[in-house]
Amino acid sequence: MSAPANDSQDYVGFDTITQQMERKFLKRGFNFNVILVGESGMGKSTLVNSIFSSHLVDSQGRRTAQEVIRKTTEISPVTQTLEENGVRVRLTIIDTPGFGDQCNNEGCWVPVIKYIKDQHAAYLERELKPQRDRVINDTRVHACLYFLNPGSRGLRPLDVEVLKRLTEVTNVIPVIAKSDSMTVEERTVFKRRIKEELVFHRIAVYPYPSEEDGEEDRLLNSSIRDLVPFAVVGSEEIIDVNGTPVRGRRHGWGVINIFDEAHSDFVHLRNFMLRTHLSDLIEVTSQRHYEQFRTSQLRQIKELRAQQAAAAASGGIMGSMPQQAPPQVPAIHQSMA
Amino acid sequence: MAPSAPSINSTMSSRMATARPSSYRHKSEKRGMTYNIMLVGQAGLGRRTFLNTLCERAVIASPEAPNPETANVADPMKFDTYEVAMEEEGTRISLTVIDTPGFGDGLDNTSCFKQLQDYIEAQFDEVLVEESRVKRNRRYRDHRIHVLVYFIAPTGHSLRELDIELIRRLGEYVNIIPVIGRADSFTVEELDAFRANVMRDIVYYKLPVYNFCWDETDSEALVENREIMDHIPFSVVTCDEVFDNEYGSVRIRRYPWGTIEIDDEAQCDFALLRYILLNSHIADLINYTEDMLYENYRTKKLEVGGYGENDEEEDDDEEEQALGASKKQDKSKAAAIADTDGGGDVLGKFDSGFDN
Repeated sequence: MSAPANDSQDYVGFDTITQQMERKFLKRGFNFNVILVGESGMGKSTLVNSIFSSHLVDSQGRRTAQEVIRKTTEISPVTQTLEENGVRVRLTIIDTPGFGDQCNNEGCWVPVIKYIKDQHAAYLERELKPQRDRVINDTRVHACLYFLNPGSRGLRPLDVEVLKRLTEVTNVIPVIAKSDSMTVEERTVFKRRIKEELVFHRIAVYPYPSEEDGEEDRLLNSSIRDLVPFAVVGSEEIIDVNGTPVRGRRHGWGVINIFDEAHSDFVHLRNFMLRTHLSDLIEVTSQRHYEQFRTSQLRQIKELRAQQAAAAASGGIMGSMPQQAPPQVPAIHQSMA
Repeated sequence: MAPSAPSINSTMSSRMATARPSSYRHKSEKRGMTYNIMLVGQAGLGRRTFLNTLCERAVIASPEAPNPETANVADPMKFDTYEVAMEEEGTRISLTVIDTPGFGDGLDNTSCFKQLQDYIEAQFDEVLVEESRVKRNRRYRDHRIHVLVYFIAPTGHSLRELDIELIRRLGEYVNIIPVIGRADSFTVEELDAFRANVMRDIVYYKLPVYNFCWDETDSEALVENREIMDHIPFSVVTCDEVFDNEYGSVRIRRYPWGTIEIDDEAQCDFALLRYILLNSHIADLINYTEDMLYENYRTKKLEVGGYGENDEEEDDDEEEQALGASKKQDKSKAAAIADTDGGGDVLGKFDSGFDN
């Protein structure tokens, strides 16, 4: 039965909810938080600046001899508001300078995982407040771009350790940023190996298959999964190629156009992140990663309370244990970090 | 080729008069000059293909795809030796290349430096022992490393901690020539900027890379060498494809946006580096290793062992024993220092008076 025409008397009009939502959305804007994880010199800042077509972050690599070499991973978030056709996004890019840069990289992922979990914890805390805000400022990390090393034959030990942990707390999108030093054949071989290794180590990268997906979504998702890891080239420069301005890189042996699909997967990555899966990234963060975190946290609080109750009941042997008020989420979170 | 001025014909090692393209060379052994190159660098920087392109043949075959299970387990660093008989501009070279897969590829790489140092010192020790025998081995082959080619990642920033530590620790034992692996990821401007950053670090941290201008007596060569030093670190792009066109065979690397010719000096330094390693500076590198690096090591070793000028009069066996003992002493000292110090300052133990 086809829907009645808009001017007929049977037309109810609830289909206008999309426009109503859009107006609300336009007024409110939204948050989008992306964390960049990879060694210095992998092209993180250039890629992110290329994706958003603006100079959002400066490279944090050491360029002068006097700068001290970092000994740990730092977390450095930068927030900017971008606007496009009336839609505002509060974009936070979190860079992780120092990650993977030392001789001994054991544990270099700890500050990164801690940051991601802290954002979940902060959100949970605000959610649990008796008097909570109408709209909680969402600082949760919606996407993690994980930068692989071009030329390696596959995942390195560091990659495996970090990816296992990252995929448990956020949506991970693996990319090869400086892929202009790989030939097409090398890229194909590398991508195949990475996929095999991800499957073997049971590392689940985004997008995740879901029962809710329609046929179209499934096709799109599987074509995305084929491309993983995205072999991209970033550039903030516009160069002149026979009179046409091209965003790309000029080598002595040729010019790379980052928007050319034969040269790099840049267009696919950008469309995937921003044009098709942007709202899904935000939703999945909330429904999957945040929910997992929330469930485990609340369970822990419940257990803790049960223990306290049992202790109090059995004659206050542990009476010296401090009473914990309900939204003590950060304290518990720290003990599990 | 007329023989040059006095050159000692030794069965132990080849001693060459300083060779320049314009001067004469004197060969001492039929099988060619003994020449040992070590390649060090993380996986993915092109060591294997560098070796194949350098020797112009497939010395190391493409490794089989390893199992996915091994991805998270780093292989410990290995020393793979490849022997290649080469002939360059009429000179026969008995080349040995030592590859070091596994360097810098694990989670904790601090033990790599000691392993490399131990390996290089072991070759020195062998010579030390051999030299002091009453009856020397005619067939003795010199395994001392004459040059270490170190591959730097093309980050675009400055040197990493791994790079600085490596050069700092090994520079007094071996000639280190830093190169940029996968240099085709840089544009010309980026390459210049990166070179400048690396050179600034080398100066700032006083990193002992091989000084091409160590021999100040030859003023003609000095000019040439100063120009060469402008290329440090050398940009290296290596290839797996040889293409035949009307001018002959060309070594290339093919991209969707163009093709790079490995031997074109405007596009990368590979041809220059190859010429330096196998032709123009082979004698310099060998000489410096033997006359400076090895001699310094020897002096320290014998001083530590408590020997003065009279060691030649001692018995063979006794000396070997003593050397063995001082070697153990050294090793345990080094180990103790390495343990307490987390690695940075083993050099503090050696108060060497020579500049590299």
